Amino acid sequence: MGSLIPLIIVLVVGGWLIAAYNGLVSLKNQTINAFKQIDVQLKRRHDLIPNLVNAVKGAMDFEKSTLEAVIQARNQAVKVGAAGPDAIKQISQAENTLSSALQRLMVVVEQYPQLKATANVGQLQEELTSTENRIAFARQLYNDTATQYNTKQQQFPTSVVAGIAKAQPADLWEIEDRQERAVPQVDLSMKPKV
Amino acid sequence: MSDPTALNLFQQQEANRRRTALLVIGFVAFFAWLGFGGDYIYHLYTVDAPRTAYHHTFPWFGILLSLVAVAMASYAYKTGPDKVLWSTGAREVVDPATDRERQLVNVVEEMAIAAGVPRPRIWIVDDPDPNAFATGTDPLHSHVAVTQGLLDLCNRDELQAVVAHELGHVKNLDVRLMTTLAALVGAVALMHDGAARVVRLGGGSRDRGKKAGPLLLILLVVWILSWILAPIIAQLLALGVSRKREYLADDMSAQFTRNPLALASALQKIEGAEAPTTHIKRGAAHLCIADPLGRRLTSHEGLFADALATHPPMAKRIAILRGMGYAQLKKEAGPAR
Repeated sequence: MGSLIPLIIVLVVGGWLIAAYNGLVSLKNQTINAFKQIDVQLKRRHDLIPNLVNAVKGAMDFEKSTLEAVIQARNQAVKVGAAGPDAIKQISQAENTLSSALQRLMVVVEQYPQLKATANVGQLQEELTSTENRIAFARQLYNDTATQYNTKQQQFPTSVVAGIAKAQPADLWEIEDRQERAVPQVDLSMKPKV
Repeated sequence: MSDPTALNLFQQQEANRRRTALLVIGFVAFFAWLGFGGDYIYHLYTVDAPRTAYHHTFPWFGILLSLVAVAMASYAYKTGPDKVLWSTGAREVVDPATDRERQLVNVVEEMAIAAGVPRPRIWIVDDPDPNAFATGTDPLHSHVAVTQGLLDLCNRDELQAVVAHELGHVKNLDVRLMTTLAALVGAVALMHDGAARVVRLGGGSRDRGKKAGPLLLILLVVWILSWILAPIIAQLLALGVSRKREYLADDMSAQFTRNPLALASALQKIEGAEAPTTHIKRGAAHLCIADPLGRRLTSHEGLFADALATHPPMAKRIAILRGMGYAQLKKEAGPAR
């Protein structure tokens, strides 16, 4: 009987170690997967922008600077995006620049009712809204998962296993611009500002 | 707001898996009871019969009914989602035809990203009353359906909140339990109708039972009562199972959209539309975001309403969501000023 108690203790501790280790590994993979989701959505945005620019280019000869800012920000974001998940800070910065450039463009588009009336532009606006939402939600899922992962590896007693599982705190996707916090509203009911 | 649900998600999924299994086992056990009970009664009934007459010794009814129950349960589990969608006459959105439909597809994709589940298949029920439901067996095989009325009445944010609510049901596996339940309730109702016809046909020669002992009589009464009560029990099960889940799915919607006020205003609009959702029948009522039968029971909470309503009171749900929304607004506005 006496030898049974240490055996049970070893089994319980061993079982807990395995469960904690597997839990951390699973969270790590979820975090990586969530990051890939952001990537997918950012690519979607990068592919959508040339279409949008082409659709409004003809009617916007005198708003060249706004358009160029969008194109430039997009190319920069594509370039930084190729660097992969290690460069999360630079990627989020480039994408934030692109977001604000896009928002300015959408405000300008609002000022041209005849442009907005084109079915193509209306559809593109919906697509853009959706893409911005998707990026925001992918980011939200990534941040939630990464926070869960970070909390888990810092909390006792899981922190004991964190070293063995090679767990490292994941960077969160920062939003610097306060304007960016809100999902950009493409308000179709807004009257054009003259 | 997000932490408790995130932590509970795993337990929630486990509980739903377990409850679905229990439901199926209970279903089969109930039919086994009906079958073997019938066998036993028939056995007691024929045990004193003359040597040459028929003696019921092998439990044919029990084995047959158990097999039928197993077959029905597996059939119900596999085809449940299709049956539910078929019963509402929903059509699938494959190629969005209008701007609204394209928006719906976009919104569902956005929410699938937020919930971290694969995109469900999207259906529209051609009904002017605003309502929505989700069905399926797991996140890989799931469906979200909204009525035309919801599309017409709600703006983008509200639609998003409703879809997020439905994806909450998908993610925590509520859909598995509720769809299986819907299919089994349908099966019980069907069996009951069939059995009632058989009993009525063979009801003529009952007089010999009088000489049997009290045990046989009690057994007979309990057995017949089970037959009569089966559909009522099934219905009550369906009611009890769905109410708490609505609060939880509301919570998950707020977690996915970070916009509880949008769901509150969507629920307000759904509540404001008085007409019942005629395309959604009683059997699938517990799957919906709001009671499709338009029963006034859901307007208050109490013993009677608790026992009979499929949905918690709308006013309470809206109040909880508003509370969340204002707490969020306060938190966001606080440090900035």
